Amino acid sequence: MELDPDDVFRDDDEESDNEFYQEHEATKEYVVYLVDASPKMFSTTCPAEDQTDETHFHIAVSCIAQSLKTQIINRLYDEVAICFFNTRKKKNLQDLNGVFVFNVAEREQLDRPTARFIKEFDHIEESFEKEIGSQYGIVSGSRENSLYNALWVAQGLLRKGSSKTADKRILLFTNEDDPFGSIKGAAKNDMTRTTMQRAKDAQDLGISIELLPLSPPDEEFKVSHFYADMIGLEGDDLALFMPSAGQKLEDMKDQLRKRMFSKRIVKRISFIIANGLSIELNTYALIRPTVPGAITWLDSVTNHPLKTERSFICADTGALMQEPAKRFQPYKGENIKFSVQELSEIKRVSTGHLRLHGFKPLSYLKDYHNLRPSTFVFPSDKEVVGSTCIFIALHRSMLRLNRFAVAFYGNPSNPRLVALVAQDEIVRAGGQVEPPGMHMIYLPYSDDIRPLHSDTDAVPRASDDEVKKAAALMKRIDLKDFSVCQFANPSLQRHYAVLQALALEEDDMPEIKDETVPDEEGMARPGVVKAVEEFKLSVYGDNYDEEGDVKVSEASRKRKAATENAAKECANYDWADLADKGKLKEMTVQELKLYLMAHNLSTTGRKETLISRILTHMGK
Amino acid sequence: MLIKKYGETYKGKKHLCLITDALCPLKDPDVGTKEDQVSTIARQMVAFGLRMKNIVVRASLSGEPHMRVIIENDNLLNIFSKKSSAKTLFVDSTTSLRGARKTRDISPVTIFRGDLELSEKMKIKVWVYKKTGEEKFPTLKKYSDKAPSTDKFATHEVKVDYEYKSVEDPSKVVPPEQRIKGYRYGPQVVPISSAEWEAVKFKPEKSVKLLGFTDASNILRHYYMKDVNLFIAEPGNSRATVAVSALARAMKEMNKVAIVRCVWRQGQQSVVVGVLTPNVSEKINIPDSFYFNVLPFAEDVREFQFPSFSKFPVSWQPNEQQQEAADNLVKMLDLAPSGKGEILQPELTPNPALERFYHHLELKSEHQDAAPPPLDDSLKKITEPDPTLLAESQSAIDAFCGQFVIKENPKLKKSTRRFLREKPSGSDEPNGDGSVSDAQAVNSMESKPVVTVDKIGDLTPIQDFEAMMSRRDCPDWVDKAIEDMKNKIFGLLENSNEGINYPKAVELLVALRKGCILEQEPKQFNDVLEKVCKICRKRNFSTFFDFLMSKKLSLISKSEAVDSDITDDEAGSFIVKSQPKHED
Repeated sequence: MELDPDDVFRDDDEESDNEFYQEHEATKEYVVYLVDASPKMFSTTCPAEDQTDETHFHIAVSCIAQSLKTQIINRLYDEVAICFFNTRKKKNLQDLNGVFVFNVAEREQLDRPTARFIKEFDHIEESFEKEIGSQYGIVSGSRENSLYNALWVAQGLLRKGSSKTADKRILLFTNEDDPFGSIKGAAKNDMTRTTMQRAKDAQDLGISIELLPLSPPDEEFKVSHFYADMIGLEGDDLALFMPSAGQKLEDMKDQLRKRMFSKRIVKRISFIIANGLSIELNTYALIRPTVPGAITWLDSVTNHPLKTERSFICADTGALMQEPAKRFQPYKGENIKFSVQELSEIKRVSTGHLRLHGFKPLSYLKDYHNLRPSTFVFPSDKEVVGSTCIFIALHRSMLRLNRFAVAFYGNPSNPRLVALVAQDEIVRAGGQVEPPGMHMIYLPYSDDIRPLHSDTDAVPRASDDEVKKAAALMKRIDLKDFSVCQFANPSLQRHYAVLQALALEEDDMPEIKDETVPDEEGMARPGVVKAVEEFKLSVYGDNYDEEGDVKVSEASRKRKAATENAAKECANYDWADLADKGKLKEMTVQELKLYLMAHNLSTTGRKETLISRILTHMGK
Repeated sequence: MLIKKYGETYKGKKHLCLITDALCPLKDPDVGTKEDQVSTIARQMVAFGLRMKNIVVRASLSGEPHMRVIIENDNLLNIFSKKSSAKTLFVDSTTSLRGARKTRDISPVTIFRGDLELSEKMKIKVWVYKKTGEEKFPTLKKYSDKAPSTDKFATHEVKVDYEYKSVEDPSKVVPPEQRIKGYRYGPQVVPISSAEWEAVKFKPEKSVKLLGFTDASNILRHYYMKDVNLFIAEPGNSRATVAVSALARAMKEMNKVAIVRCVWRQGQQSVVVGVLTPNVSEKINIPDSFYFNVLPFAEDVREFQFPSFSKFPVSWQPNEQQQEAADNLVKMLDLAPSGKGEILQPELTPNPALERFYHHLELKSEHQDAAPPPLDDSLKKITEPDPTLLAESQSAIDAFCGQFVIKENPKLKKSTRRFLREKPSGSDEPNGDGSVSDAQAVNSMESKPVVTVDKIGDLTPIQDFEAMMSRRDCPDWVDKAIEDMKNKIFGLLENSNEGINYPKAVELLVALRKGCILEQEPKQFNDVLEKVCKICRKRNFSTFFDFLMSKKLSLISKSEAVDSDITDDEAGSFIVKSQPKHED
């Protein structure tokens, strides 16, 4: 509950940490979820994971609900609207038939999701029939076109903001591959044409339309009937569309709650190579520990936010003062004063550039040469033309010769020696897994490396046979495709889940699966068990006793001896008798302690405390 | 003896730091051999719980080294490290010496003692220590000058008080215990009391569990997140030591690493997943161990996309010669030359800012107003490249710099440019008072502001020169550029104290030569070179000629520029002829 002093005194040397957490919300996303609510969506079902059938409408709605819950944590500033079409009732700005825009109080139609919005949307299915109703919007003999209306409403909702700063999307959920199938002749052509035109108008305004088709298990959703033209699918894309759309739906449901950061340059630095030749580099934070969002302190009575004010008080006179400009450090019995300027002057041992020292083989970069997350550097030709070319040449040479560069990074707040390790691009399954560039690894100084005092005696080593057994074990418990970031942080996920449950006033706390626990099932496989047993036998021998080999420490041996001694001595007194006669007071503390030690009681405190402890123990 | 004098103080608090060059022969003792004596001392030190650190300073061996003596002394010192807990370090420069002697010695404390669980059935008793930890700049207390100077007992300390006020109503002060934490959820802030948190928060059990082994290549070095821990088997537990040793050796052999899940303390609210890498020891009295590095979680990795290098335009791709020059540079600028010690080894490199702080503290204790001291030479070797190494690989550097051309992006406006022309702000570097070129001057005569160079500055004379030479708005710029460059070169030579400006001057000459060939102005350059040589001959700057020779700098011949009246032969022999006779 205490105020984190780091938050309050952001000392200047902590500025470098700050940069890691800064976020930048340059691009937002505006999304309109357009959900088909025709009776067909309710009548067609798919088998769900738990063997019961769920309607397409349910799939669409729960998918959106999941997505909203993730979005509220991942991308705080994105705005959404949810809009149903083929409805009995209507609610929209244009007052068009068959379109219903879902919303809650204190929220614009296209706005950031709020807890209330999500909560009410979670229960929409219960009240849907009563409040909104489902009804085919396109029937023969009528001029109504609910799909056209829906697109028009969605476009109206997305009128807000410029398409330059925000990414505008319409996500269309439907299981009807031929919306105008019930209509024949010229009317069908006419409706198709006007709907296409509407979609095209929206696309011309920078709005992208994405289709999320739902198909019953025995029937395929034929994109070619109508939607292929609308979303601009041709040739090969057409064939690939359905599988990818299914994947997209899955992805929307199973998104990890993870704060998204937009790509942003942390700093632009110049890298001085030699002879005054220097190139321009941009640094990026690719790996940084994610922390639960910032804490806002509230008044527990009113729930209104609080602000912190600090005041400085002179400890000698009690006078209120301004923030002092001087600091001091006791040294040789004196207080040595430093001004804030002097301190920053001392820390500025170099200009803020990166200066090349030279190169070393990669084997010189030890596993313990690490202090904090690395920083990624990528060249830029924005100001210094030719930077990228030099960078690529060095990058290649370093990769080829297995060397890393050592440079001094004169960051004014924390100047450090850094290792620049070249990383080649790794592309897997069409996606970039590792970008090409260099990683700047902050090297420790000798002051940062802790010494370890070694034993004087020779220590035992594993024999070849024992090593062989260990190797066999390793082959058994091998994580083949281990990737560094395959685990979600269980503590953070729990935090988000709790936050969501409290915000939405959900009754039960969701269980978060801890992905980081060992795979019990895999470990129980006979092959693994056998390998473990063999290794255990080879290093521990067959009569292994957990504590047997452990040398009892000096202190605990003494303690044990003292207890035994006390038990012996203690038997010389008739404690019950002494207590009854009230003679305990006449005994010395030493004698009293014998009893306490013999009975494993605490021996601390004053004489009276000891006596009362003895009496309590005797039950008197 | 010193040991006796300090007698029984705390165990492990006594250190003896022996700084020696171990070059002089030792006198033979009266009784026994030298080895016996050293062993006796070592035994004594163990008995008194004294730790020893031997730092052997060996710069490049000058004079006739007594190899026999050196070997003997090294052997004697080795007895110390074998028989007592002494460490011997060999350093070869003052920088390393300062690194070897740490500012603060921290006694190691375990952060975990318990089982490393390979499975339910197999556990190894381990202790975990911190291997690295950032030694922070000391936090100084705030100083109050309010107390009267006569007050001898004034603490001069400042107390900081916090008050919590409602944002809406600043007059209302809320007591600290009435506060409640709130977290953002969308646009709202959700209050969560600490009791609520306590009930639902993530509470893992204290444990260190193995998740599995994987190929070392699956874990890229840049994923290491934090400072590093060391896993060792419980001291004195020989079976655990063997188990750790077997695993470490097998891991090293098979190039595998172990992935573990750790909760160091009971009640800790988070888990860490990390990687154990083997640390196989070569010394008989140091057990095998593992290094532990924290790995990121899925939430910690930001998947930013970057363009492939191969997608860049051809002009951004290095050509064959450029690549070769880069290869050469990476090879030549070697900080770990075989046969010699590693330069800037982290274990032996002190933190320059901390060293400077303590130096300043010492100075201030003598004079209250002492200014921050400049970085001395041994610290400068950390912040700046080593001049001797640079000199050794000069040819590779020159070839590299010659292969690549960089220039400022002319399209950028003045306000946005920061590179190349940034003033050095280092405390100990002279400010570029006014000698920064006027490159930023905006030529406002034209409708569009264009940045032009009209003078050669001190900071980037070559770039300025090239920029001026390539100006096409008036033919006079070429003459002006050459004239400016001439003056610069002569200036450098005139002010060159002990030849420190020679490399610079030669660089400028090379640039001038290139420019003159490009602009077909051979006479201009040849005049300059002849004049330069004349000056040098007069003043006997013989080292300058060595520099010229090393650069193969000569007159511009007819084959390079048709206007030249110098033949190739004349050009070739020019420097040799103009060199001053050494016997003068």
